Amino acid sequence: MSLLDNVWVVLAVKLGLAVVILFALALVVMFAELKVSAHMQHRIGPYFAGGRWGWAQVFAEALKFLQKEDLIPRDADAPVFRLAPMVSLLGTFAVIVIIPLSPVLVAGDLDVGIFYALAAGSVSTIALLMAGWSSGNKYSLIGGLRAGAQLIAYELPLVLAVVGVVIQAGTMSMVGITEAQAQPLFHIGSVGISLPYALQGQVIGFVIFMIAALAELVRIPFDMPIAESELVMGYLTEYSGIRFTMFLLGEYAGMLAMSAIASVLFLGGYHFWGLNADWFGPFVLIGKALILVFVMIWFRWTWPRLREDQLQSLAWRWLVPLALANIAVTATLKVVL
Amino acid sequence: MSIRRSSSGKRLRSVVPGWGLFKGMWLTFRTFLRKPVTVMYPVEKEIPPERARGVIALDVEACTVCMLCARECPDWCIYIEGHKVQQPPAEPGARARTRSVLDRFDIDFALCMFCGICVEVCPFDALFWSPEYEYSAESLADLLHGKERLTQWLATVPEPPALEGSEPEGGEP
Repeated sequence: MSLLDNVWVVLAVKLGLAVVILFALALVVMFAELKVSAHMQHRIGPYFAGGRWGWAQVFAEALKFLQKEDLIPRDADAPVFRLAPMVSLLGTFAVIVIIPLSPVLVAGDLDVGIFYALAAGSVSTIALLMAGWSSGNKYSLIGGLRAGAQLIAYELPLVLAVVGVVIQAGTMSMVGITEAQAQPLFHIGSVGISLPYALQGQVIGFVIFMIAALAELVRIPFDMPIAESELVMGYLTEYSGIRFTMFLLGEYAGMLAMSAIASVLFLGGYHFWGLNADWFGPFVLIGKALILVFVMIWFRWTWPRLREDQLQSLAWRWLVPLALANIAVTATLKVVL
Repeated sequence: MSIRRSSSGKRLRSVVPGWGLFKGMWLTFRTFLRKPVTVMYPVEKEIPPERARGVIALDVEACTVCMLCARECPDWCIYIEGHKVQQPPAEPGARARTRSVLDRFDIDFALCMFCGICVEVCPFDALFWSPEYEYSAESLADLLHGKERLTQWLATVPEPPALEGSEPEGGEP
């Protein structure tokens, strides 16, 4: 007991747990991408590594990447080049701490939770710009600038979509938002029925949030920054070995973090009808997040890439006005009802 | 009836923006649920079509060392060596005749591009396509196959299809 009173010990334990859980789940997501993409193309995917279903494939690939030479181009700005993947991971890790797995299982329940998450999540913009700028490669530079333009453009609908939920919940704390969704909305007999915000009129907000999250994560159909048919690999062109793995891991961990945030904001977080949130909370939340991750993978293996101008016009001409209208309607209804 | 339905479907597609996105997602999801078409190669094997261009087989008896195949080969992957032997004359007192004997007939399958020109150009039907395909090797040099190996593949050559319009031998016209 005395050990857990020490704030530094608690901090270390929380940090270790968050990192381990995030990495483990990121590997699960990587494996899911391999398998889902394969089956969506009538293939089997990894099969032999590890014996059954090829479960060890991701570990084998991680080991392979670790062995590779850590190349830094002669013209690269070496310190920035080395730092960029770490900054990319940093943003994701900073986000993960405020996600509540259950009413008590949350690394840090900030009063400004979702605000902090969005602010920390946008650090990845800087990481991608750093990577693109420091590589000393014209493709990387174009990719990095595209990433900058894209991430800044989609930051706005992402934040605006969240504002609707914040208005409806009346709090920015992640636990608070989850608990607000657990309040019974109406009663059938004596049973109170609660609905997640996606079913309480925030459908448009949810859709906007998911589209913007896809763009923030630079996933297909919004992967213009790494468009391999135009830009080789965009800002990732010069990266190899462990640093490339960090970007890759950052992408999958980011998918997970974004999906978890979306689950908390729109899908009721760790609550599910009839399940005790104290015990089943982590499974419910991770399950919801994994379903959203599956949808993201599904998008990737179905849709083609947008053009750069289509990307910008989607953000500025459609998502931002829609999100603003959503806020106006939500605020009006909140006052009226 | 069916025409009218298809036209209304077309109208729906043009009215609902992004209809194609969901159509594509439905397709990938259906594919996701279906059984993959992968053949687990070393365990199960795919049976190639009879006339597949797997490997070139050689009938040594039919070869006259005319070198047409070697000369027509676009990437010069056929190596032929032969010598002439004296044959006894057909009737007593006539001139002795010569016959070519095949010493070496190598095809370098590392170079071969499976165009089949040699098979087509052979005037004596000594070369055939065989659907056999499992002859990968660990080094390029091991892909050079001599006439013994090429002859072994002759057993795997399928029967040629009957000529169009021709009746089987001995059949009523």
